[in-house]
Amino acid sequence: MTKVSVAKEDVAASGDLVVLKSVNKHFGALHVLQDIDLTIARGEVVVVIGPSGSGKSTLCRTINRLETIDSGTIAIDGKPLPHEGRELARLRADVGMVFQSFNLFAHKTVLENVMLGQVKVRKADKKQAEEKARALLDRVGVGTQADKYPAQLSGGQQQRVAIARALAMGPKVMLFDEPTSALDPEMINEVLEVMQQLAREGMTMIVVTHEMGFARSAANRVVFMADGRIVEQAAPDQFFSNPRSDRAKDFLSKILHH
Amino acid sequence: MFDFLDKYDVLGAFWTTVQLTLLSAAGSLIWGTLLASMRVGPVPLMRGFGTAYVNIVRNIPLTVIILFASLGLNQTLGVNLGSDKVDTTNFRLAVLGLILYTSAFVCEAIRAGINTVPVGQAEAARAIGLSFTQVLGLIVLPQAFRAAVVPLANVLIALTKNTTVAAAIGVAEAALLMKEMVENEAQLLAISAVIAFGFCCLTLPTGLILGWVGKKVAVKR
Repeated sequence: MTKVSVAKEDVAASGDLVVLKSVNKHFGALHVLQDIDLTIARGEVVVVIGPSGSGKSTLCRTINRLETIDSGTIAIDGKPLPHEGRELARLRADVGMVFQSFNLFAHKTVLENVMLGQVKVRKADKKQAEEKARALLDRVGVGTQADKYPAQLSGGQQQRVAIARALAMGPKVMLFDEPTSALDPEMINEVLEVMQQLAREGMTMIVVTHEMGFARSAANRVVFMADGRIVEQAAPDQFFSNPRSDRAKDFLSKILHH
Repeated sequence: MFDFLDKYDVLGAFWTTVQLTLLSAAGSLIWGTLLASMRVGPVPLMRGFGTAYVNIVRNIPLTVIILFASLGLNQTLGVNLGSDKVDTTNFRLAVLGLILYTSAFVCEAIRAGINTVPVGQAEAARAIGLSFTQVLGLIVLPQAFRAAVVPLANVLIALTKNTTVAAAIGVAEAALLMKEMVENEAQLLAISAVIAFGFCCLTLPTGLILGWVGKKVAVKR
C-alpha cells in the first residue's frame, strides 16, 4: 500500500498525461457524458467500471476523438485535442487503442497489421518495422502466427495482436475499450496477462472493463461511472472493500456475489 | 449459310467493341472510385457533388449521353479530343460518354462494397494515426474492392453490351456492322446469331472469371 502511494507521488511530479475538464456529450436526447472531470497521471493505470450504458466506453473513445464531444476540453500531454486533420492523426498515433472487437485489418497478415502504422505513420524503415513487429508479437506470445490472417486466429490471439499493433506506435497512453468482453472465458486470462505486464512496465493505461480481478491487481485507481457521471474514484482496495456511494455499493453487490 | 460473312470484317468490328469496353472500363473504374471516395468523404461539398452526379447521370439514357457527346461537345462546342480524323474523334467521344455513364454504376458498386467493411476497420485505422486518404486507400477500399468484384462484373457485362450505343455516332463496332449487314443481306437470323454469339463470347467468360476471382479474393472475417 505504501509502495503504491510513493509511486503515485513520483508520477504526479512528472505531470498529468490526460486531462478531461467538464466534458459533456449527448447522443440525441441522451446525455451520455455529464460534466466529466478526470486526470490521469503519467504511468498511472486507471480502470473504469460501471453498469452498461453508463458512458464508460464513450468516455474512452472521446480521448482519441473517435467520439466528438459537445463541450469541455480534453488535453493529452498538455496539448488540447485537435479537430479533424493531420494534427489529430498525429495525436492519435501517440494514443494506442484496443477495441472490444479487435478490429485487426482483415485483409492484411498479422505481421502487416503490426507494421502498417510504423511504416505509413511513423515513416519507419520497412526492415526495422518488421523487426520491431516480430519482437512485439513475440512479447505478446503470438510470434509464430505472424504470417497468418486475423480470421485464422483465436479471439485471444487476435486481441494480443491488436495490443502489439497499438504498442508498435510507441504510444504515450493506451486505451482499452472492454478488451476482454468479446472473448471466451478461457482466453480472457492470456489477454489480461499481457495487460498486467504492460502495467508493471509503467505504461499509462485507461481500461474500461468488467474484469474486477484485473482492477484489483493492476489498477492504481478505480473510476466508477453510472448514468454518464463519475460517481466515485478510489484506490482499488478501498473501492472494493469500502465503496462510499450507494450506487457503487449496489453495483458491487450485484457482481461480486456470484 | 454463313458465306456472306466473308464480305465483312466481323473480327475487326468486335475488336473495336473490345477496345471501347476496355478503355471505358479502365476510365470508369478510376472515375467511379473517385466518386465513391467523394460520397463517403468528410467534405460536404464533395459528398453533394458525388450524390448529385450519380443520381443525374445514371437516370439519363446512355443514347442521350453519347449523342450529346457528339452533337453537343463535338459539333456545337468544337471539342475534338485531340484528333482531326472524324472516326477517331467519334471513338474517343464514345469512350468519354461510356465512362461518364458507367462510372455512376461503378461508384454505387464500390459504395456497396464499402458498406461491407465493418466500421471498426476504419476506426482502428484512424486510431493508429492514418489520415483520411490513407484509411480509405490502405484499409477500406482494398476490402471494398474485394467485396465489389461480383457487382463490378455485372457493370462490366452491361458496359460491354452498352458499347453498341456507340453505333449511334458511327463508331465501327459490332452493332454498326450488324446494321450494315442487315441492310445488305437476307440471312437476318444468321446475322443476329453471329452478333449475339460474339457478345456471349465476350461476356460469358467475364462473368465466370470474375465470379471465381470474387470468391478467391473475398476477405475472411
